[in-house]
Amino acid sequence: MVQLRLPKNSRIRTGKTWPKPTGATNVRKFLIYRYNPDDGQNPRVDTYFVDMDTCGPMVLDALIKIKTEIDPTLTFRRSCREGICGSCSMNIDGQNHLACIYGMDEIKGDVKIYPLPHMPVVKDLVPDLTHFYAQHASIKPWLQTETNAPAKEWRQSIADRKKLDGLYECVMCACCSASCPSYWWNPDRYLGPAALLHANRWIVDSRDEATGERLDDLEDPFKLYRCHTIMNCTQTCPKGLNPARAIAEIKKMMVERTI
Amino acid sequence: MSYITNRKRAEGLGSAKAGTQHFWHQRVTAIALLFLVPMFIFPFAYNLGDGYDAVRAAYAHPINAIVAIAFLATAWLHFFQGIQVVIEDYVHGRMELVLIIAMRLLAALFALVGVFAILKIALGA
Repeated sequence: MVQLRLPKNSRIRTGKTWPKPTGATNVRKFLIYRYNPDDGQNPRVDTYFVDMDTCGPMVLDALIKIKTEIDPTLTFRRSCREGICGSCSMNIDGQNHLACIYGMDEIKGDVKIYPLPHMPVVKDLVPDLTHFYAQHASIKPWLQTETNAPAKEWRQSIADRKKLDGLYECVMCACCSASCPSYWWNPDRYLGPAALLHANRWIVDSRDEATGERLDDLEDPFKLYRCHTIMNCTQTCPKGLNPARAIAEIKKMMVERTI
Repeated sequence: MSYITNRKRAEGLGSAKAGTQHFWHQRVTAIALLFLVPMFIFPFAYNLGDGYDAVRAAYAHPINAIVAIAFLATAWLHFFQGIQVVIEDYVHGRMELVLIIAMRLLAALFALVGVFAILKIALGA
């Protein structure tokens, strides 16, 4: 059921304002969501001030600087710092993005950082993506074949390989699914843009022989047809992919095999 | 809280093996309405306020009457198809079931009343 307000224990309060760095001239204000499951308190928004003259250009650089120099308890996921691992997805300036490839020059005014919306929060900026990953696994994201495996490799033409462009690049950061209102209201039954983009990646793979079964598994008013082409997924994707189009392609194939 | 695996939760009740028909029919009724709405509106607006006899004369013409009936039937079908999706989006549990049944019956009732009214005017009584 739709919830218009956050539950009582999730409502955000004003948190601590951390001291400004001394002697800095180019200071930027950061408002960051904090939640600690162990202290029994509601989430809060802490205020930090970062000296931009000694900070890298990306949002992740500022987060690491805050953790190193101001507040070591600030918790977030990060790994590759170049947009390929998908760990540092978070809501920055109202948009889901990867902190490592989001330049702070793109943000006007204070930098507001929250965890991905509508996901359970483990701590601070770390969301619980367990269900998201399980949904990805449920579309069987691997090559399925009946034909005996060839001695060397499954061959694919250059043209067929091209069909996977715009699909294989997905790094499973969950920015799209966490931005989708349909996924907010029905996360238990709707697979969400990320899992459906991956489903389409395997459906259009010329080597995969389970196309029919894959479409059968998606033939569902909730798993697939909760997509109402809102396109938040496409707008937010930090890798510039188009999950909305991938879902539309699946719907087209569904109709194609019916009529 | 229950001790089920993440995969079990993601699988849910599995695929309903349905949904494409609904999606497809909603598009077909939408395309039909693209033509039926102006075809219905023009004779309707033309005779608006002209009194019962003028309207009767207009709808005695089979094309006007058939278009009006087709419009009402398609519009209420399309309305129900759309409202069902909205209910499924926002309402869950028993209330979802109750609302879907109620809207289906209501749409059928309105369509019937409309068609009956057109028939009564068109065939004269």
